[in-house]
Amino acid sequence: MFYRAHVLVEMTSGSIALGAAQLKEQLEREIARLGLQDEVKVLETGSFGAAIPSPFIAVYPDNIVYAPVSVQHVRKIVEEHLLKGRVVKELLFIGERGRDVTAFIPLSPMAKEKRVVLRNCGLIDPLNIEEYIARDGYMALAKVLTEMTPEEVIEVVKRSGLQGRGGAGFPTGLKWEFTRRAEGEEKYIVCNADEGEPGTFKDRLILEGDPHSVLEAMAIAGYAVGAREGYIYVRAEYPQSIRHLEVAIVQARERGLLGERILGTSFSFDVKIRRGAGAYVCGEETALLESIEGKRGEPRVKPPYPPQRGLWGKPTVINNVETLANIPPIILNGPEWFRGIGTPTCPGTKVFTLTGNVNTLGLVEVPMGITLRELVFEIGGGIRGGHGLKLVQTGGPSGGTMTPDLLDVPMAFDTLPRYNSALGSGALTVIDDTHCIVDVVRNFAEFFLHESCGKCTPCRVGNRRIVDILERIAKGLGTLEDLEKLSYLGHYMKATAFCGLGQAAPNPLLRCLEFFRDEFEAHVREKRCPQGICAMKPQAQPKKTLRV
Amino acid sequence: MKITSIEDLRKIKEEAQKRAFLREGKAEYKVTVHMGTCGIAAGARQVMAAILDEIAKRGLTNVLVTQAGCIGLCDREPLVSVEKGTERVIYGDLTPEKARQIVASHLVNGHIVGEWVIHTER
Repeated sequence: MFYRAHVLVEMTSGSIALGAAQLKEQLEREIARLGLQDEVKVLETGSFGAAIPSPFIAVYPDNIVYAPVSVQHVRKIVEEHLLKGRVVKELLFIGERGRDVTAFIPLSPMAKEKRVVLRNCGLIDPLNIEEYIARDGYMALAKVLTEMTPEEVIEVVKRSGLQGRGGAGFPTGLKWEFTRRAEGEEKYIVCNADEGEPGTFKDRLILEGDPHSVLEAMAIAGYAVGAREGYIYVRAEYPQSIRHLEVAIVQARERGLLGERILGTSFSFDVKIRRGAGAYVCGEETALLESIEGKRGEPRVKPPYPPQRGLWGKPTVINNVETLANIPPIILNGPEWFRGIGTPTCPGTKVFTLTGNVNTLGLVEVPMGITLRELVFEIGGGIRGGHGLKLVQTGGPSGGTMTPDLLDVPMAFDTLPRYNSALGSGALTVIDDTHCIVDVVRNFAEFFLHESCGKCTPCRVGNRRIVDILERIAKGLGTLEDLEKLSYLGHYMKATAFCGLGQAAPNPLLRCLEFFRDEFEAHVREKRCPQGICAMKPQAQPKKTLRV
Repeated sequence: MKITSIEDLRKIKEEAQKRAFLREGKAEYKVTVHMGTCGIAAGARQVMAAILDEIAKRGLTNVLVTQAGCIGLCDREPLVSVEKGTERVIYGDLTPEKARQIVASHLVNGHIVGEWVIHTER
């Protein structure tokens, strides 16, 4: 069968919510009605990121993208474009606005974007392993198994300078080396896909759009450290990611790319899926291990770190989804290639998720070292509704708070801590100047109050107190002393909380207390909310609260 | 089927690339079947089907087939243009049988079928 056209429908959790499944059904029905089913092939694909709004339909080889599309548009696209070859101008997103399909324009990401992790997202059908193989899939695994020793693999990853993309930025090669050197026959590879930071959804879209890249990287990690088994810990709120992973694992096993004697070598490796039950703290690596072991998800005492004693007390590598998706291209193109992207001290790209009061929403992958100004005002298209920028929360509530004075700081793991900020997991929650800072900070604090696992007192009680004080301030009952208390509590939690989550919880509060001091003081001294959001009355509820 | 060697993997990759090549935008020839209402009435759908069938039979992977609207020569429909680089040849008054011969002669062997050509561009 020779298909003259491939029609790709974006099938992600986001686009399904917008009706992508019905869209695909309708597309297939219309194609069959006109008898085109032997000429035109309909496929699913992942998100193409913020570059294209959801849901989209891409028509190849014409390189025409219609977006956003809904069911009632399908008939016209099929009749005009697929049957008669006339581009439906009014729905066109990318392509030439000519009368006929004559020019082929390559589908390209936005200017400033550089795709390594998202190399296949939105371009291949994630449910078909062959599409991944066609784009060099499993070639990196084949290369390490046939040409490289485990030590050489670790050396390549170390030299690439890849740092963990889950937020902490720990050098991945070192993690692998520690695990390889740790004593013990049994070792494990764990993929952390418990993406729980509000505003972050990159791992979901990577798993939905290109699940094999993560499986391949886990097998490479297994070979490098000497593990035969891997676990992917995915939150149960990601059913589409889980479905795509399940299909991918079955297909990889059928092809002998997972399981016993991979590619005819003596190396065996297999992957299992574990579902998280929605606890935020399980994104912390040791709490995640506890959860895989079937226990209550609470963080462990560190050290020993997981490379020494991890899953079931055995040496374990825990890597984030995005970190792993970087591995196959690094193996194939070499560490120098990777070092050529990003900054000298923080190489590579970062996938950001743009959310909040910004015009363009979604995934973007950019080289490390890009500034917030470029991300928000060029790629993001500026603040929605023409408002001013108040702050950008990077990496979710536990990440960094970027105020407008930091717009030109290069974004990388090593630069942001100098400004008391952090890159975190890559969420960029843009908040415009119509929001009240007390309300914003209270929203974050409520999140931590809800998600505190309760193991240690600073986090369990500290978050409760912070919320109480902020509520008091929002009702106009705050005093100057309250501001001092908030600052004291925050520093206390930072210094004494048991795990990284409790330590990070007061970050946005502390930064905002400093930068938006005037606004806090207006609330407590003048009993006035400058943005008119807090009720400032003892009994009343706030008028409009921020939900991120 | 299990892949038991790197050679197997390469083979599967090549086959998979053939199936997905039309998304890579790399092809030698572009064949455009003109599908205006006039073209369809004159049998352009059958011409298209014949071309696709012939390409499938011969396993060609250097050809993209697309469709476009009427170019104003309604009395010569069905029309098919074959492009290679900047060179463009338009065939007219086609039948499914003629279309198959164009695939064999022009796309496989590189010989333009002169007698059916109605226009050329460079």
